[in-house]
Amino acid sequence: MLDKFLWVGFPYVALVLAIVVSILRFVWKPFSYSSLSSQFLENKQLFWGSGLWHWGIVWVLTGHLVAFLIPGQILAWNSAPFRLYLLEFTGLTAALLALVGIVALMVRRHTSSRVKVVTTAMDWILLGFLLLQVTTGIDTALRYRWGSSWYASNAAPYLWSLLSLSPRPELIVPLPWLPKIHILSGFSVILLIPFTRLVHFLVVPIFYYWRKPQVVIWNRKGLR
Amino acid sequence: MDIRSQVAMVFHLDKCIGCHTCSIACKNVWTDRKGADYMWWNNVETKPGTGYPTKWEDQGEYKGGWIVKDGKLELRLTGKGKFLQKIFYQPDLPTMDEYYEPWTYRYEDLFNGPELDDQPTAIPISKVTGEYIDVESGPNWDDDLGGSALYARNDPNLAAMTEEQRLQLLSIETLVMFYLPRICNHCANPACVAACPSGAIYKRGEDGIVLVNQNVCRGWRYCVSACPYKKVFYNWSTGKSEKCLLCYPRVETGQAPACFHSCVGRIRYMGVLLYDADKIQEAGVRPDAELVDAHRDMLADPFDPAVIESARKNGVTEQILKAAQKSPVYKFVKEWGLALAPHPEFRTFPSLFYVPALGPVTYSVENGIALNPTSTDEIFAPLDQARLPMSYLASLFGAGQEAPVRYAMKKMMAIRTWKRAVTVGDVEMQVALDGLREADCTTEQAEAIYRLTSLCNYEDRFVIPPSHREQAVEVLTNPLEKKGAAGFGFREQPQRGF
Repeated sequence: MLDKFLWVGFPYVALVLAIVVSILRFVWKPFSYSSLSSQFLENKQLFWGSGLWHWGIVWVLTGHLVAFLIPGQILAWNSAPFRLYLLEFTGLTAALLALVGIVALMVRRHTSSRVKVVTTAMDWILLGFLLLQVTTGIDTALRYRWGSSWYASNAAPYLWSLLSLSPRPELIVPLPWLPKIHILSGFSVILLIPFTRLVHFLVVPIFYYWRKPQVVIWNRKGLR
Repeated sequence: MDIRSQVAMVFHLDKCIGCHTCSIACKNVWTDRKGADYMWWNNVETKPGTGYPTKWEDQGEYKGGWIVKDGKLELRLTGKGKFLQKIFYQPDLPTMDEYYEPWTYRYEDLFNGPELDDQPTAIPISKVTGEYIDVESGPNWDDDLGGSALYARNDPNLAAMTEEQRLQLLSIETLVMFYLPRICNHCANPACVAACPSGAIYKRGEDGIVLVNQNVCRGWRYCVSACPYKKVFYNWSTGKSEKCLLCYPRVETGQAPACFHSCVGRIRYMGVLLYDADKIQEAGVRPDAELVDAHRDMLADPFDPAVIESARKNGVTEQILKAAQKSPVYKFVKEWGLALAPHPEFRTFPSLFYVPALGPVTYSVENGIALNPTSTDEIFAPLDQARLPMSYLASLFGAGQEAPVRYAMKKMMAIRTWKRAVTVGDVEMQVALDGLREADCTTEQAEAIYRLTSLCNYEDRFVIPPSHREQAVEVLTNPLEKKGAAGFGFREQPQRGF
């Protein structure tokens, strides 16, 4: 029963809420969509925190996405120990960058009196879950040096099973508790997306690459 | 030809007394809010000085405006290739320390403090943190050259002057200053619009006012860095950028914006300019020496039938065309050549132009004593001996070129001399008339300039056609939809996040 809730019920609740609430918030409260940057108030500590965190986590997430898309190829790649260690080492490096970054961000948020003014409880909850997510990921990589193979052999099919609406919790149940926490906190972060500042990654401005430099809006309809 | 209409401005610096009434009028209407209290959409700077934010003119530091690369205009801040690199951390963003940390005083201590031997005091507290703050600088700390050893000395425009001129400018007997009121320039080629990753900043087609859509802005802050005049501001509380909106609710109904209306010295003029949008790119890549002329060439003659026809095609109404023909801005900028855009080398083509301030009448110093002109025939010093070197004004208004600045100064001085010959009579009339001819000015033009400078009424200074928004989008929307809304055009409180 608990396994059903943790590996089927909770992930679906998190995913559905993430999608639905994000859309509703975008439609009804567009003003609340912002990066909520505090660089204007403090930019020295932010340089290390934000840079390391974002580049590290983008690297890590890209790895997760690739393994999610082509798990078979990842398993084949990992069949030779050297290549497995190369992959694990790459992922671990990125994760350590992200860890240093998020710790720096938390220290900054705690020490800068100006930044404290614009910090909410939700910011701390989000930071807490992100820290948990990164540390459990790193810990998995250190204790079980074949985490990437696990991800390809168990987590990726499990995620696909969720998406295809035929969940297979049995892929996750036999795993040790550490990767299990990693998966749970991962879905918690997804659940937090629409309720926190994390929405900013949904509006990453990639359309900038296609638009004309100048934006002119005419009031009178039908003119342009 | 693609003729568009632009609500444009002239600030006559020779009349500015530096009273900051404009700043206060703006502050009370628009920026007296949490997160916006450090913003001065309108501010008045003393020149020479470092300004607000500190050294905003130094694009080596802030990377604002446009540069020409391979014959094309490109943002100095970021080309499209390297644009996402800066999204996690913006190295060129000014922080609050470059503006100032806003503060107030704990006035309640005056009433609630315990009984002591000394008078109670109201200590300064930060409007950000609420904690005690040791006030070290403010947006106008160098008013009237206060602390000039620190501020005036670091004016980026001093780089254009010789060491001797710099020493002269900064020594007590010969120092000189003028005021530079600044608002958003509502440029024809705005760098803030081009830099906005979200496409939230836009230029209105009908009147050229540049606005930030608060619902689309995501707080990436590229606009703050990209604007070379630093007139887009980041609201640290709501996480959105804001800027001068030229009081568009007033302009749409034919009224002057708050800062214009409240101007004590009547230095501000507002009128319509027609410009050819097809010429922007081509004018933007011209070398520095040709920029002033290229900009003036972009401005179209409102009496030219071809211009009128193209304007009509773009929906410019007859009222706007009529206003363009009566525009005081067109006269100052194009007909008379008196008004110049600030820092044309930033290549954004501002819609705000300045008539440079004349220097003081006393001009030479011997043994530490300032001398008056030697004869009444010359009220002003020759420009080469002016206390404020032409190279300084050229750096500010001419992209380094002295010719357009000299032209404007010479004409203004000639008109003053001629008017003195007419009204006071202690200047030889022939000398005055020769002066006018040398300054490329007829007596009719001199009279017109004199009248618009000295005797201008509200209707002369502000020729603003009504926008007829009631005929535009509003007819298609529910008239009660925005009832009770204020400021940004939606009813939600401007609160941070979710």
